[in-house]
Amino acid sequence: MGQTLRVTVNGEGRSDEVEPRLLLVHYLRETCGLTGTHVGCDTSQCGACTVLLDGAAVKSCNMLALQADGAEITTIEGLAPEGGLHPLQTAFWENHGLQCGYCTPGFIMAAAALLAENHDPSDEEIGRGLEGNLCRCTGYVNIRKAVKAAAQAMREGAAAPIGG
Amino acid sequence: MIPAAFQYSKAGSVKEAVAQLREAGPEAKVIAGGQSLIPLLRLRLSQPSHLVDVNGVRELDYIHPEGDLLRVGAMTRHTTMARSELVQRHLPLLAEMAAQVGDPQIRARGTLGGVIAHADAAGDYPTLAVMLDATIVTDRRRVAARDFFQHLFTTVLAEDELVCEVVFPVAPGPHRYLKFRRRLYDWAIVGAAVQKLDSGWRVGLTHVGPSAVRAAAVEARLQAGATFQEAAAAAADGLEPPSDVRASADYRRHLARVLTRRALEQAA
Repeated sequence: MGQTLRVTVNGEGRSDEVEPRLLLVHYLRETCGLTGTHVGCDTSQCGACTVLLDGAAVKSCNMLALQADGAEITTIEGLAPEGGLHPLQTAFWENHGLQCGYCTPGFIMAAAALLAENHDPSDEEIGRGLEGNLCRCTGYVNIRKAVKAAAQAMREGAAAPIGG
Repeated sequence: MIPAAFQYSKAGSVKEAVAQLREAGPEAKVIAGGQSLIPLLRLRLSQPSHLVDVNGVRELDYIHPEGDLLRVGAMTRHTTMARSELVQRHLPLLAEMAAQVGDPQIRARGTLGGVIAHADAAGDYPTLAVMLDATIVTDRRRVAARDFFQHLFTTVLAEDELVCEVVFPVAPGPHRYLKFRRRLYDWAIVGAAVQKLDSGWRVGLTHVGPSAVRAAAVEARLQAGATFQEAAAAAADGLEPPSDVRASADYRRHLARVLTRRALEQAA
């Protein structure tokens, strides 16, 4: 039995009938067709499903879609302007902050939330800020480098506007 | 993994939440932050008939110092407590604990009341509540924390009863909470909390039994003038810790002693 969910996803207002048990991650991927948000561990540990909910990083596999009613959600697809890249995306690319890329959307969304609050995080602060995300191939050294590079680019006012 | 089907309703107030729980019957559950409940739903370890969502109950999201007491609303999220200047000033140990729950994504959703009502053996706030003689306030009564937690995942809450507030004593003195865990966001394999009050030290232990434990033997030794090392040696007295894939009972006893000593040393 469906209930009405009204939510803004990447700036677009939507209204959908959803089952109460539908998880936010499945709503984003299957109802909205936004498959950039990944299901990694399915046990709320890996953070691959991280999105911004009213600006805060949350694990979308650990929320019911209906709990996002009235909220603004930003997924990896909504971070950069059409056809462009967000400084975090550029930095992950340039610093080889990914290998298979499966965890990357979650890392980038968690890092976006971190950088929104802390424009110049230390190594320690980046580690703490990303402790809810797991990478199983590249490791964390280049991810940390990428976040630092993105923070610097954003401080210096990179061309791309900041999403979220 | 998809949860089994359930009915869902939103409550906007405590009164509405209780009325919805009553109407939905004994198989209904409250969902607050959902950071423990949703994994259980997905694994189908929990299959409630109905979820009453209390995230819209704004009247339960507050931090109020009141004389010697700090009243914290049940819907206050971990991140809010970790960053609150009021909490940092009046009960910094609560802020320290909140900053160590899970990871940033979990801290953005999870709540004080959710942890208290869920009563996981590895929950952090029950330890603080028990060691500081906090009071759990529900929609209908006030219960001393030591009487509130009965067993693993079991409290005195009735099926239609809602945790509304936890009343802690103000305690700005030396304190420390240490969790031993494999990864930063894990539950504590064992945790030790210490807080200096005017009347002496309070010591609490996490995940050394089905519910949080106040280490009375350690407190008594400290009161009698023992060194931290001597006092902490009593931390495992009378404990019957669980054995599981992460630690044997003996290892948990060892951790209780070591973490208690370190927490005392780091707090002082």
